[in-house]
Amino acid sequence: MSSTTAQHVEHRDDTASKLGMWLFIFTELLLFGGLFVVYSVYRYLNATAFHLAAHELDVTVGTINTVILLVSSMTIAMSTTAIQKKDKRTTLILIGITILLALGFLVNKYFEWSGKIGHGLYPGSPVLEELGRGDILFFGLYFFMTGLHALHIIVGMVLLGFVFNRVRKDKITHDNFQLLENGGLYWHLVDVIWIFLFPLFYLIT
Amino acid sequence: MSEETHHIVPYRTYGLILLLLLVLTSVSVAVTQIELTKWSTAVALLLAGTKTAFVLAIFMHLKFDQRIFRVMVPLIILLLIVVIVITFLDYLFR
Amino acid sequence: MTSKGSEQPAYKSYLEEDGGRKGIFRWILSTDHKRIGLLYLYSMMAWFIVGVTLGLLMKLELIAPGKTLIGPQAYNATFTVHGVIMIFLIVVPGLPAVFGNFMLPIQIGAKDVAFPKLNLFSWYIYVLGSILVIASLFGNGAPDTGWTFYAPYSFKTGTNMLPAALGAFVLGFSSILTGLNFLVTIHRMRAPGMTWMKMPLFPWTLYGTAWIQLLATPIVGITLLMVAGERILGIGFFDPAKGGDPLLYQHLFWIYSHPAVYIMILPAMGAISEIIPTFARKTIFGYRAIVLSTLAIAFVGYFVWGHHMFTAGMSGTALFTFSILTFIVAIPSAIKVFNWISTMHQGSITTEVPFLWAASFIFVFMIGGLTGLVLGALATNVHVHDTAFVVAHFHFIVFGGTGFAFFGAMHYWFPKIYGRMYDKGWARTGWLIFFIGFIGLYGPMFYLGITGMPRRYFDYLEEYHGPNIISSLGALVMITGFIIILINLIKSAREGEKAEQNPWGGTNLEWQIPSPPPLENFEEIPVIEKATYKFD
Repeated sequence: MSSTTAQHVEHRDDTASKLGMWLFIFTELLLFGGLFVVYSVYRYLNATAFHLAAHELDVTVGTINTVILLVSSMTIAMSTTAIQKKDKRTTLILIGITILLALGFLVNKYFEWSGKIGHGLYPGSPVLEELGRGDILFFGLYFFMTGLHALHIIVGMVLLGFVFNRVRKDKITHDNFQLLENGGLYWHLVDVIWIFLFPLFYLIT
Repeated sequence: MSEETHHIVPYRTYGLILLLLLVLTSVSVAVTQIELTKWSTAVALLLAGTKTAFVLAIFMHLKFDQRIFRVMVPLIILLLIVVIVITFLDYLFR
Repeated sequence: MTSKGSEQPAYKSYLEEDGGRKGIFRWILSTDHKRIGLLYLYSMMAWFIVGVTLGLLMKLELIAPGKTLIGPQAYNATFTVHGVIMIFLIVVPGLPAVFGNFMLPIQIGAKDVAFPKLNLFSWYIYVLGSILVIASLFGNGAPDTGWTFYAPYSFKTGTNMLPAALGAFVLGFSSILTGLNFLVTIHRMRAPGMTWMKMPLFPWTLYGTAWIQLLATPIVGITLLMVAGERILGIGFFDPAKGGDPLLYQHLFWIYSHPAVYIMILPAMGAISEIIPTFARKTIFGYRAIVLSTLAIAFVGYFVWGHHMFTAGMSGTALFTFSILTFIVAIPSAIKVFNWISTMHQGSITTEVPFLWAASFIFVFMIGGLTGLVLGALATNVHVHDTAFVVAHFHFIVFGGTGFAFFGAMHYWFPKIYGRMYDKGWARTGWLIFFIGFIGLYGPMFYLGITGMPRRYFDYLEEYHGPNIISSLGALVMITGFIIILINLIKSAREGEKAEQNPWGGTNLEWQIPSPPPLENFEEIPVIEKATYKFD
């Protein structure tokens, strides 16, 4: 009758793990969703100002960043194919490329932001005060939303680095790769958020 | 206990989807050259939505996963949309 | 199946398992869902005492017009921190954190939740968030914005907004992760044979609640982050001088905070649905209707938030829409009340203490709910908005609702949790005194509100003096009742008479295992054949 030294027979439930990751993704969708609510209201109330302010953003850089993330989404997706084909080397290469592409995105963002800040366009700046309310809101949203997104990219890189290490140590294998898949799901989320950020900030000219 | 239907997506499929996404991206950029005025937001969102659908279905594997995921995701998106719509009931009619 | 009055054979209970650890580490490093539930219970008790003290301070100030004890600034800080503590530290974690953690796995026939380590981490985050909130009481001046942190004042005030907002943000994570854990647990870990429609009602309410925790909380998270952005960077989202709209803050805040009240009440209703069949010895009336009502409340509850903003300046269309949706969301709650009463009808009722709490819950919840309709109707809302009427309404429905259900659940599951029984005489006395004090404290506020006394004011006109005296005295009576209840429970947990496995004759899985349960709950995972709430 006594529950002595409980032999913890670990029934691994990959679906539970996947479900947990998707639920977490839902929270992120709602988190950014709140910001999209703010964006949509202020865009509606300041349509012209937003339209004009968007000209300050460089469409080329934005497009390059979009392409970078889309490619990185492909590479991390491919990594799940690779691991299932027991191709450890390709798996590691693909994860590595994803992380490097993420780094590229961040570098671009750094230059973009420095440019803006150099022109005196940042939250609370006197230049922005002069420009007027629509501009203040546009750039406030721009920095806040792309900033929060960039934070998620950094977290994603750390996560994928962790996953990379697990693959390297054979803790993630062809029949135990939910962690890799979950890392991929997170990364795709980051991509999807940008898929919406890009047109809403760069393409409303 | 993993009851996955171990469906291995070929590399090619992912490559093709990327191509599709890149095409849609170019369209989004190109379309800004056309004066769409009040339709521009709708078109932009439609294109973004289409890209997202492909990312969800193929990259994020929803097409090949258990049905429950395909039920939950659209419902969540619907929730967000309804919240935005109701918020606009205030702003549109002030 | 029920083994009332049988001696429990020797076994090791979860309280005796030490996981190779000593002292406090047996608790704060344990991933056992039962210990985690108790960790939440004990920390919440501590914060509750702080919250009650702040409440008492307010009532003592309001016992007479003019300054009695504290001035306006201190009063504003008091009601703010009282609200933040009671909402974010007590009723939102509430029943899910304590009884959800303890009972959910057992009631569905599982050994633990889906992610036990994440569960412990959720409690750590809860403690961190709580400390931040309590810390805001000290130093530069406790926040004075109201727990609602309305812009633009919340980013202009010189008081400790950031610790409070940050604390609430951190607590949000705890709520989200708990919801996530429960969702996966319920989806994936029900015992064989336990179909959705054989699952007891308390887990059903935890399920509905978990969706709200998961989906609504991020919105308040991002909103608080935006307020922090205003304070630190001057970002301008809600600052009219910069083009922002303070009303947008209110929208975002209530998009979470209204569903939050369903986080508070759904598990409370679930507990009531457990208690009543047991003490009426009759199966729950309308199981399916209650399940559907639970889901309906969770769903429709997302779309009514504007009823907190009827006088703030929204469009006529918004006003009308929110009012009608508010009336609609009341319906499933009413269905539940009808079903509880129908369960009691022609049942064989024993008025044990949990039942007293459940019955009085129905009484105060009804009053809270009906006065909610007064607030939900546009014309009457204009008259009573921001008066003491609102304060009475939400205390009846939240404290009366979640609070009474919490006490009921505590007295119902106490023998299971501790393997001991409390002194029923003292428990009864405590309940009665508490109940009388509660009505005395909050009842007069309806009258005060209708006759025009504003809320969140440290002072009032002489004409409101009489009912205020009754209210403040009611507070003292209620607190006396609370002290009796608390002491009774604490003493009994240590030295109460040993309880049997199933002292109440309940039918769900928790009553099929020993009191207190063993570490992994079940010797073998049960196979479920019959429906729940079936009495012989």
